Amino acid sequence: MEIKDVGMAGTLESSDIMISIEKNEGKGIEIELKSTVESQFGSQIRKVIKETLEKMGVTNVFVRANDKGALDCTIQARVEAAASRATQAGFKPWEVE
Amino acid sequence: MLNGVNREVPMEIEGLGVLRPYQSLVKNGQAKNIERLKDRQMNPSKNKIVGSIEKAIESAGLKDGMTISFHHHFRNGDYIVNMVMDVIAKMGFKDLVLAPSSLTDIHAPLIRHIKNGVVRRIETSGLRGELATEISNGLMDVPVVINSHGGRARAIASGELPIDVAFLGAPSSDSYGNANGYSGQNSAPSACGSLGYALVDAQHAKKVVLITDNLVPYPNTPFSISESQVDYIVVVDSIGDPTKIGSGATRYTKNPKELMIAQTAADVIEASGYFTDGFSMQMGSGGASLATTRFLREKMIAANIKCSFALGGITGHIAAMHEEGLINRILDVQGFDLTAVESLKKNRFHHQIDAEFYASPDNAGCAAHQLDVVVLSALEIDLDFNVNVITGSDGVIRGASGGHSDTAAGASCAIIVAPLIRGRIPSILDRVNTIVTPGHIVDVLVTDQGIAVNPLRKDIEQNLKTAGIPVVSIDELKAKAERIVGKPDLIQWEDKIVGVVKYRDGSVIDVIRQVKK
Repeated sequence: MEIKDVGMAGTLESSDIMISIEKNEGKGIEIELKSTVESQFGSQIRKVIKETLEKMGVTNVFVRANDKGALDCTIQARVEAAASRATQAGFKPWEVE
Repeated sequence: MLNGVNREVPMEIEGLGVLRPYQSLVKNGQAKNIERLKDRQMNPSKNKIVGSIEKAIESAGLKDGMTISFHHHFRNGDYIVNMVMDVIAKMGFKDLVLAPSSLTDIHAPLIRHIKNGVVRRIETSGLRGELATEISNGLMDVPVVINSHGGRARAIASGELPIDVAFLGAPSSDSYGNANGYSGQNSAPSACGSLGYALVDAQHAKKVVLITDNLVPYPNTPFSISESQVDYIVVVDSIGDPTKIGSGATRYTKNPKELMIAQTAADVIEASGYFTDGFSMQMGSGGASLATTRFLREKMIAANIKCSFALGGITGHIAAMHEEGLINRILDVQGFDLTAVESLKKNRFHHQIDAEFYASPDNAGCAAHQLDVVVLSALEIDLDFNVNVITGSDGVIRGASGGHSDTAAGASCAIIVAPLIRGRIPSILDRVNTIVTPGHIVDVLVTDQGIAVNPLRKDIEQNLKTAGIPVVSIDELKAKAERIVGKPDLIQWEDKIVGVVKYRDGSVIDVIRQVKK
């Protein structure tokens, strides 16, 4: 999917994660992570972000993530929302058809 | 021979040994020093008061390498440590050992004194904030020593940790050094209640300097620090901010999760087998444990059960239950809020105790060993019930040993309260980062998601089951947490030891290493 804009989702509340996604032409998925639980869950958070993007078919993106201890399901949801906004693709897997 | 009043007295008597005959000392034809009497009348503050902290430090004979101490009754409102250390640094002292009863966020300026070589090493119960983080990152050459409150009292009383000069903030003092954490004569501006931790220093330090912002007429009764132990007094504008006594770890919680844990803890106490008329209790710092009192009160009224004594850090809730007649006596080593401070002043059977009486394992008896029930917080607990209250989940120092191990060891039923998860961090681990309290003296774990009983305490487990309270294994609770948050990576450590954690008997129970970045 093509990234057209900067897409953001999430908040800086405790147990949430703020995701910002922008174009990263030809450089693959790059993640800049700040997390309150970096030393315990840093690798897991990166893994969830990457897998979620790959599943959506998003490849060349720069992701800024500011994590306040979000669970995997929250991270996944915020990444999907941010990517959807960035691609302007109307990708809304959470909507009932 | 004839003695000084012309009586014939022997120089020696068999069985009594050598005797010393009375001698009258007459100076300028006077037996009394009338110059001094005049002086006392003209200047009733003639005394131990010196003009400045600098003068007190000089008079106390402070030297490089000596050990100095402070108390932490003002918690995060303390002005004394920074005030005195700034003067000490300016006077050029080096290599001092700092042995306060605890340190907290407000003491970040110590970082500078450590870097400049004024402070060589630290013994404390707790460390928080920037100072704690810096020490965790390897600031000091000699590791900091973490003592429990009882362990510190034991070490000071036994001479293992000799204090050369104690600088003790006193919310009221007279010109001779009778001091207290409140004032019987006025509303002390910096009242902190009990001076329990300071009393040990006052008794055992070689020199005692009181620092007060509230000089009252002699004699300052009731006093807890007595004139016989005080060498110098300095009067300053302000010694602390009492509105910050009830801050941080002693906050009054409204958090529904903590209240739920507190309610469950009260249910556990009720069913434990120790909830009988005349039982004794202590609630440690932390939202859920302090809140347990509120739920226990209803159960005590319903069952017509009275508590013989409440021990430790005292809250307004404990004081209110004392005034209602539900708690017979209060043994107060430290005020947790201003209502407790007020209660100590007005309630005769709300009694101030020192840290040795409170929790020292070595004396002929301490109150902690008389406890039936204690409720204590935990940052982490592991499958062997070992508890960490000193390092955070990231391995950085951010807590206090306090009376945790003292009361867990002493109480018949030691209950640990903790949320199953804090944000994404699970409270139950295979191994806690740092052991402060060994698992074999911990009896029950209460979380918001279930209760686990130490397998060593089949009796308590049976009592809970009989009362219809569900009990699961601690392994099940850990698995439950991991299903929600996943399994955290282990903290990576450097080789350098930054902290040594001592058990209450002075033995080393664990070490804290520098966190790898």
